[in-house]
Amino acid sequence: MSQGPEAASWRAADTARPNPVIAEEPTIKPLFVRGPSPLLRMIVAVILSLGLIIADHHYDHLGAVRSTLTLAAYPLHYVVDLPAHMVRDTQGRLTSAAELRARNAALHRENLTLKARLQQFEALEAENMRLRDLLGSSFNVGERVLIAEIMSLEIAPYRQQVMINKGSRSGLFVGQPVLDANAVMGQVIQTNAFTSTVLLITDAEHTLPVEINRNGLRSVAAGTGLSQQLQLLHIPKNADVRVGDLLVTSGMGERFPPGYPVARIKTVRHDPDNPFTTVIAEPTAALDRSREVLLVWTMDPALQQRAITETQPEETAPRP
Amino acid sequence: MSESRPRGSWLIGLSLLTAFCLTILPMPVEFEALRPQWVALVVVFWSLHTPERAGVFSAFGAGLALDVVSGTLLGQHALTLSLLAYLVVELHQRIRIFPMWQQTLFVWVLLLAERLLTLWVLGATGQPMPGLSYWLPTFLGLILWPWLSALLGDLGRRAGTL
Repeated sequence: MSQGPEAASWRAADTARPNPVIAEEPTIKPLFVRGPSPLLRMIVAVILSLGLIIADHHYDHLGAVRSTLTLAAYPLHYVVDLPAHMVRDTQGRLTSAAELRARNAALHRENLTLKARLQQFEALEAENMRLRDLLGSSFNVGERVLIAEIMSLEIAPYRQQVMINKGSRSGLFVGQPVLDANAVMGQVIQTNAFTSTVLLITDAEHTLPVEINRNGLRSVAAGTGLSQQLQLLHIPKNADVRVGDLLVTSGMGERFPPGYPVARIKTVRHDPDNPFTTVIAEPTAALDRSREVLLVWTMDPALQQRAITETQPEETAPRP
Repeated sequence: MSESRPRGSWLIGLSLLTAFCLTILPMPVEFEALRPQWVALVVVFWSLHTPERAGVFSAFGAGLALDVVSGTLLGQHALTLSLLAYLVVELHQRIRIFPMWQQTLFVWVLLLAERLLTLWVLGATGQPMPGLSYWLPTFLGLILWPWLSALLGDLGRRAGTL
């Protein structure tokens, strides 16, 4: 660096002369800093970063590099997540016996209710399949589910993204649907061995093919960047859309399995400047409150069997 | 540079690591918009006081690491931080003899430049645009700079980095 001499000398001036004998002392700054000038370094750095930005954004060439680098950052992510993890752990240990009994009873009741509903559901599914067989359009939803936990990290400011504590070692893949207990949350956009990044459906760059559960009207739900808002695109002025309608995935994008709840319509407005109806929906999933997420594999039974035997995940729960 | 390795370089690394942790530490939603630009502040400090060691390329490396840690576009922070470090390294003789209030204002301008450059990258890559609260962290940086400067200065003198 060219500015070195004066800079270092006025700091070192009162302690020592530039004498070769004393210059061995560690307290003295080097007087002449060698190497290219800051301007040259800056130009190189700027060209490098612009190249990286373009490569990362336009060409997606850095997928493998990124996942390797994120893997290197895993210790840091783990350490930052640790306090929140320990607080939850401590809370779990400090729960009183009465509270645990109450929660156990509540879960037991919920389990009974769900089981009762499941009996009906199985009969309905069988009936549905028979009817679809008659129409010649039967499909089989072989699905496998893995539970992962959201890490307490703030990544990608101004974006709706979260990091979860399962990665490609558990068989996760890019494009995989992510659900919570209530509804669709998003999809995996990047994986490494131990962690994955999930793009939530409310991110401004995420769109999701949906249909209205009541009448099957298809649309696309686009994220707005706000955590509680989705917008339906291209709904004609005369479409049958009502406040309170449930939106479910239509399966058109071939990424999300069909029939999962997504959002509930909150506002239907006819803006004079908009050639379409403005429809705002609120996600059913607790996007900013969920701790645990479900990862779904949708595939035909043969593939599913192979995947299960290949990548034995830690926690699997077969779906009916 | 390589023959006489200066002392206390570990402090630079440690302060950067702490800044990374503070950047991704979860905070309540209300304070989310107020998170200071920790890494930018630390990079400015070290390129101001040890320009012969923590210059443009170190800032570039720190920016790349921040991009990886916080999951932003690769090169986004590397670009802004290396430009920041360049400005500081070029002007460090003048800034160091400024009175503290003047230095703080200069650092504030640097933080604003960092935000502006990031905004430009976000716009050029078609990412969603943040709202007005995007500029709030610079004011927090304005308040934090004298304290951070004193703290890192003290630690640096003890560790022999300065």
